[in-house]
Amino acid sequence: MTLRSFRDPFLVVLSLVAMWQILHELAGNNALTAPAPTLTHLWEMISQPRFLPHLRETALAFAQALLIACLGGVGIGVLLGGHRLSGEVAEPILVGLYSIPKITLYPVILLLFGLGMPAKVAFGALHGIIPVILFTMNAVRNVNRTYLRAGRALRLSPSQTAWFVLIPATLPEIFSGLRVGFSLTLLGTMMGELFASQRGLGFLLMTAIDLHDVETILAIAILISLFAVVLNAVMLAVDRRLHRHTAQDSGGKA
Amino acid sequence: MSKAAWIRLAILVGAVGGLEIACRSGLVPATMVIAPSQMAAATAGLLASGDLGADIRQTFTSVGIAIVLSITGGFTVGFWLHWFPRLRRAMDPFLAAYYAIPHFAFYPPLIVIFGLGALPLIVLATLFAMVAMIVATLAGLDRVPRVLLKTARMHRLSPFEEMWRIRLPAAAPYLFSGVKLAVSYSFIGVIAGEFILSTAGIGHEIAYAYDNFDNPRMYGLILFVLAVVTAFNMLVYAYERQLVRRRGAA
Repeated sequence: MTLRSFRDPFLVVLSLVAMWQILHELAGNNALTAPAPTLTHLWEMISQPRFLPHLRETALAFAQALLIACLGGVGIGVLLGGHRLSGEVAEPILVGLYSIPKITLYPVILLLFGLGMPAKVAFGALHGIIPVILFTMNAVRNVNRTYLRAGRALRLSPSQTAWFVLIPATLPEIFSGLRVGFSLTLLGTMMGELFASQRGLGFLLMTAIDLHDVETILAIAILISLFAVVLNAVMLAVDRRLHRHTAQDSGGKA
Repeated sequence: MSKAAWIRLAILVGAVGGLEIACRSGLVPATMVIAPSQMAAATAGLLASGDLGADIRQTFTSVGIAIVLSITGGFTVGFWLHWFPRLRRAMDPFLAAYYAIPHFAFYPPLIVIFGLGALPLIVLATLFAMVAMIVATLAGLDRVPRVLLKTARMHRLSPFEEMWRIRLPAAAPYLFSGVKLAVSYSFIGVIAGEFILSTAGIGHEIAYAYDNFDNPRMYGLILFVLAVVTAFNMLVYAYERQLVRRRGAA
């Protein structure tokens, strides 16, 4: 990473802020507040003590949902990838579930889990778990057969094979899946907080929408977007590094 | 049908049947989930009564417009980004992080700008779906084999011909997965927006039924949306399969 590699994305950020300012000039304060006051408002909001419980609520829901999505997704993905027939049976069902608008299922989740934290966690995990399963399953399916034969020669048990062979060998792909899962879990958790919620950033956002408090709406949107983009950039960097390592590995062997 | 397809069918039938039994026997209270047969009856009743006609029309028109805009717009933007590598390198981190941003947070400002109606929903869904198409276009154009481009040069194809006869067909599988994503994201964008804030549309009707504890109506509508989206996805999937088979045979 050199300074140069940061310059162009920085220019993009600058032009986005400039576009925001222009849109603000065109649409007026009622539709879109200007960048500088919005960011000041965001800073004020964060420094208020009553903001913290909401942040903690969302962070807690997100962390639990992410944990379920990651562990469950990798576990199920390894199982389905390792067993060809069950993978073939499950894949179209999973792809179908992946592409339906899950928000229509939110009322069902609310009825099943009740109002509050469990429903948010369930909805977030529901969004995140499927891509993790799909990525892991495909990675495990395409794992180098030699590794599996080596595992069999060493008489590894199935769980040992999964832990010592399959997961290390597919780590880069699994990580890509986790990255997608991370984004979708965040989206799901936030959506879960928009409806029938008493706490959390989504609740603040919905209240702001009802009050037509554009500054707060934008401030929260920016806060969440910043969080998502920064963490995603970090994960993308790790992702690239993992993939580069494997490329070099296989290149060295060939 | 293959063995896997039979097992899949058995699992689905078993799941629906199990839910039916659980609901009928009172294991799952009707305030939570209603029996699948009642859901289907509710869907049929809603469609037959015809009072949903306007909502259905509005939702599907919005989705249709969003699909067309996001596919053409996404392809055009992807094409130009591919043409200017420097611009693309600058945009890459943002494209990768795009789907981590909660878009619906920007829906209220859109309403203020475009008014309450179908337009902000279309804009929201298009913005949501377009980036999937951009990324797919870039991926497809990146993976055109060099040999094909050399062949194009040998035949002295003009840039336009090279695009039409070489690059597009070679990138087709990736473009197709972009189209699939754009379709499902357009549905998600429109219906999620209707859910949050809208006066009409299927998403609004579902949220309204939920607020009124009208479970049969709510489940009937949910089943209808899921059935339409799944049927649409299966059509695209079948067409893609056919395309792959033809390519394999050629």
